[in-house]
Amino acid sequence: MSAAEEVITKAPAVEAVPKRGMTLGLGASLVMLAALIIGPLFLKNFIIFQMTMLLIYGLAVLALNILTGGSGQFSLGQSAFYAVGAYTSAILMEHAGVNYALTLPVAGLICFGFGFAFGQPALRLSGIYLALATFALAVAMPQLLKLGFFEHWTGGVQGLVVTKPDPPFGLTMSQDMWLYYFTLAISLGIYIASVNLLRSRSGRAFMAIRDNEIAASAMGVDVALYKTLAFGVSAGVTGVAGGLGAIAVQFVAPDSYTVTLAISLFVGMVIGGVGWLPGSIVGSAFIIFVPNIAEHISKGLSGAVFGVLLFLAIFLVPHGARQVAIVAEQLVRKLKK
Amino acid sequence: MAQAQLAQGNAPLLAVRDVSVVFGGIIALNGVSFDMHKGAILGLIGPNGAGKTTLFNCLSRLYQPSSGDILMEGASILTRPPHRIAEIGIGRTFQNVALFPNLSVLDNVRVGTHSRTSSDIISDSLQLGWVRRGEAEINRKVVDILDYLNLGSVAHTVVSGLPFGTQKRVELARALAADPKILLLDEPAGGLNHEEVHVLGDLIRRVRDERHVTVLLVEHHMGLVMSIADHVVALNFGRKLAEGTPAQVQADPDVIKAYLGSKDQ
Repeated sequence: MSAAEEVITKAPAVEAVPKRGMTLGLGASLVMLAALIIGPLFLKNFIIFQMTMLLIYGLAVLALNILTGGSGQFSLGQSAFYAVGAYTSAILMEHAGVNYALTLPVAGLICFGFGFAFGQPALRLSGIYLALATFALAVAMPQLLKLGFFEHWTGGVQGLVVTKPDPPFGLTMSQDMWLYYFTLAISLGIYIASVNLLRSRSGRAFMAIRDNEIAASAMGVDVALYKTLAFGVSAGVTGVAGGLGAIAVQFVAPDSYTVTLAISLFVGMVIGGVGWLPGSIVGSAFIIFVPNIAEHISKGLSGAVFGVLLFLAIFLVPHGARQVAIVAEQLVRKLKK
Repeated sequence: MAQAQLAQGNAPLLAVRDVSVVFGGIIALNGVSFDMHKGAILGLIGPNGAGKTTLFNCLSRLYQPSSGDILMEGASILTRPPHRIAEIGIGRTFQNVALFPNLSVLDNVRVGTHSRTSSDIISDSLQLGWVRRGEAEINRKVVDILDYLNLGSVAHTVVSGLPFGTQKRVELARALAADPKILLLDEPAGGLNHEEVHVLGDLIRRVRDERHVTVLLVEHHMGLVMSIADHVVALNFGRKLAEGTPAQVQADPDVIKAYLGSKDQ
């Protein structure tokens, strides 16, 4: 038996378990899932609403992570895709009377198309230039939504009010609780699909492009196709998050989707660890809760306090939550010994 | 008659026909022609700036020749985009190693199978049955190649941390994963010491014999080319200077002049 065979038969090497993977171990995943399922049973409605938003922004951060961590393309324009998803859901619900759950796949598909189309001109740009082009998209979006031409549908500056859905099948739970579990189920599905995608042939093509475009092309990877696909997938997931966000907040208005949102999502991705999918929820928690904490510390200087906390986080753990997870894993291993 | 028979029974796998490349006003390649026959190791030599890399980049479709043609099994490759070269059986390695630094050895070699497999993002996301079966097939093949090149012990290591010589072998493994008919090797001996070059020479010959590939070796290292090539093409200033067996090319006065300079210069 050769050395290689020996190694491979010793550890089930062939299964896709790279050492620095993009996911959590099964144990940690189950603990996390259990906490997300059981947690809300003991919480007040307002906190449940915040946890729903945690999942929704988590999805949006995950989407950016697929784009940047996966295919190596920057985007400061995710708020535009989020806005399109939110408005798609809101318009379908309020103008066409479509069931809220059915609006989400539509929002996802429309945003996939939008992202895929935007990816075409973006092909000529990379790195900081691509970041700028997407930034332009984010800056333009709120004003496009205010245009008089679309006002009949979008409600113009006023925006649209969305009806909050009741729990189905006569379930006795609050609307907030139902919406939380509904969001959790969708988030879980999208998370698993994303992990699958990045571990598959398509995901490897994304990462090959991220690491070396010329070599990827020599291996037969259609660089242009996979770059635009990454944009499409990222925009599609962001669109679903946007739709869920519209349903949860019960309101869409142009100024909810400014470039500040895009930058927040970017911050969330970096805090969670670029390319580490479970970090998305940590990043989401950071962008939702840390501003509140900062406000608690000082009302007048909340922005400055947030800045200091952000600076500290980047300074102490430059690779974000992923780094914390790796250190924790090593500690657990030491303790087991 | 005899010539016609020869042409039929021994048609070249790859034919470079009168290829010229002009950048601005500079002629980087000037009417270069040669044939590559199945199972051969062809050495392409020449001093710096002779046009070796330019020719190499034409073969991998990074450059478009200004005139001439390149035929793979009789069909022109010049209408194909660079990402559709792997599928007709042309594989390559890079001069200073171009791996995917953040991926493991396994994943690097898995990417090598891209041109031989198919999938779409929906089936991949849902891990449909045919995707899983395809992935199992890929893994079998990749493990076989890693084993063949003695890379099994580093299968899960991220490549950026590996020694240079090992990275070169990973690159070879990645190229082999695409089942190439022709392997283009761009200065594989670069950065290796004397001992490693010797091992590399044996490896290239072994791969040719056991994996049935034809090899184009672009190389500065004369010792390596002369010891393993069956046929050598020498370039200088974008023109073909000499062609023949290693011994013939080595004895060619023009080649000697190009490498060592002549007395009256």
